[in-house]
Amino acid sequence: MAGHTKYVPQSAPAKWLESRLPVISLVRGSFVDFPTPKNLNYWWTFGGIAFFVLVTQIVTGIVLVMHYTPHETLAFASVEHIMRNVNYGWLIRYLHANGASMFFIAVYIHIFRGLYYGSYKAPREISWILGVLIFLIMMATAFMGYVLPWGQMSLWGATVITNLFSAIPIVGESVVQWLWGGFAVGNPTLNRFFSLHYLLPFVLVGIVILHIWAFHTTGNNNPTGVDVKSEKDTVPFHPYYTMKDLLAIVVFMIFFSWFVFYLPNYLGHADNYIEANPLVTPAHIVPEWYFLPFYAILRAITFDIGPIPSKLGGVLAMFGAIAVLFVLPWLDTSKVRSATFRPLYRIAFWFFGFTCVMLGWLGAMPAEQPYVALAQLFTVLYFAHFLIVLPLLGFIEKPKALPDSINDSVLGKPAADSTVGKSSEAAA
Amino acid sequence: MKNLLTNSARALAVVAGVALAAPAALAAGDGPVVERQQWSFSGPFGQYDKQQLQRGFQVYKEVCASCHGLKYVAFRNLSEEGGPGFSEDEVKALAKEYFIVDGPDSEGEMFEREGKPFDLFPSPFANEQAARASNNGSYPPDLSLMAKARAVKRGFPLFVVDVFTQYQENGPDYLYGLLTGYHEAPEGVEVADGQYYNTGYVGGTALSMAPPLSEEIVEYTDGTPMTVDQYARDVSAFLMWTAEPKLDQRKSLGLGVMLFLVLFASLLYFTKRKIWRNVEH
Repeated sequence: MAGHTKYVPQSAPAKWLESRLPVISLVRGSFVDFPTPKNLNYWWTFGGIAFFVLVTQIVTGIVLVMHYTPHETLAFASVEHIMRNVNYGWLIRYLHANGASMFFIAVYIHIFRGLYYGSYKAPREISWILGVLIFLIMMATAFMGYVLPWGQMSLWGATVITNLFSAIPIVGESVVQWLWGGFAVGNPTLNRFFSLHYLLPFVLVGIVILHIWAFHTTGNNNPTGVDVKSEKDTVPFHPYYTMKDLLAIVVFMIFFSWFVFYLPNYLGHADNYIEANPLVTPAHIVPEWYFLPFYAILRAITFDIGPIPSKLGGVLAMFGAIAVLFVLPWLDTSKVRSATFRPLYRIAFWFFGFTCVMLGWLGAMPAEQPYVALAQLFTVLYFAHFLIVLPLLGFIEKPKALPDSINDSVLGKPAADSTVGKSSEAAA
Repeated sequence: MKNLLTNSARALAVVAGVALAAPAALAAGDGPVVERQQWSFSGPFGQYDKQQLQRGFQVYKEVCASCHGLKYVAFRNLSEEGGPGFSEDEVKALAKEYFIVDGPDSEGEMFEREGKPFDLFPSPFANEQAARASNNGSYPPDLSLMAKARAVKRGFPLFVVDVFTQYQENGPDYLYGLLTGYHEAPEGVEVADGQYYNTGYVGGTALSMAPPLSEEIVEYTDGTPMTVDQYARDVSAFLMWTAEPKLDQRKSLGLGVMLFLVLFASLLYFTKRKIWRNVEH
């Protein structure tokens, strides 16, 4: 942070400001002079991309609110008003609707990058935990945002998901009515979701700042997973990474625009162009694509487990699938961070990726055989990765030799006869 | 297995761009098999065909409008950019054909007046109950958004292919398939009274809407063939426009945005290379 800059204010106004609020040296230390490993690849740009999409969502969202009406009899029509009568309203709404998907794409890539290179391990546990918290809050935000257009999938998706809380023993029914503000999803529900959907993105920005603060305190991880040893291993953030991130963001904007301008409704569900009707249930209630893996886990528990009824079991499994991420830094017993040097973990990583894709596919399938059995299989595999494979691998895997430093690795110097114990990572 | 093979083969054909008119099979899910049609507004450079939208409006007005509303569409939209391109005078004259309930006046009474361009299309029925009473118990849905409101299942791998081929015309394809999908029910299929067998309907094998189109039911004045097939195409295109009136603007703006971003990204790429040229990384 501020400690990373040698900035000394020169001009009188800069001196005046710095002695009262050292904001110039804070920015310089964090985003200008900040020493960043010089070997970060393009997978590292997705954090910046995700932040760019978050800002886009906030800006387009604020404009949408100027024209949107959160009322059960007016919401759907007000969205059509935006699409038809507001200048460039169609563009702002399509940016916002597709932006949600883009945010998840960027964040999912960002999370899997962290998994592959072991960015969650000591000393970056806090950064990782804050990241999982961001993921959880953005899921809640996206879910509530999808309710606002008040189409059929808005209403029925909200009904299905809020009903999950009825699985809580004893107080479940009361909790659900408290969430709804009534006896079904209705106008009070729409209003509170609107309020929270506007609030939570700003909470996200706050947590994102803490998330960055945490890994700026420890320093970035990098593709070798080896700690920074000297100045030879790093470059200043600006202009090297400001430029690289900007390039990546603009390339991502091309991908984003492909959907906004040519496939604006591809990622949504057609039923959401039918106004919400509590008397008509859609044939299939499907959540947005980014929830599908978790939806598959929810539906996979079709049997009672001891005293736990299947519905509660499903809810626990679904939340457990995210909760397990919070303790990931302590489940992985290997001292080596990067999968580059972990031959067995690399296989487990790709197999875990495959598991998530399969769960996503199964979440979109109807709840019938053989899909239910497959969802159960992949749910077991999902948890096994975290609870069995990762704890065991640290003991049975023989990692490859690590480079002595980032600079050596970049210059292609063969690793000295280093075992894990000798490397700096073990010390970290 | 055979299904899988044919589906994969079809997907490959679509990628090669040689089978645009071939049936796009459903790999999974229910609903009819929807055949892909040619539309002037498909693809990155696609735009509405004004003549087709005008004909489609004529079909809507003379056939569909007796039961189906267009509550999100205003008369003025018909003369706006990216639409059927009627003149403002034509729209004024058209609006006058409709009576709009307005008021209350200074006496507190509701009254009827001639339509004005800013009015929305009035609903053919006073309310849902009136609509059901006149339609054997069923409720003819509003058509404003119909072309975006019917999910046509695609399944794997077509849904992946669709991202690259920019396939977003499943709505009008479905409407065309429905309007041309009325046939004699095959042997052994029971069709209830007041129901009509249709191979293109998403909700089952039969629906409550009688076949609305027949040869020469609408008089085209520009020499376009007056067939059920042509009417179905024209009105489906028109309903795509009512559902997505800004499509023309969206695609032309999209082209500019894409060209700018690609150029900008290339410049950034070379700038980045120059900045990093002395750093081994």
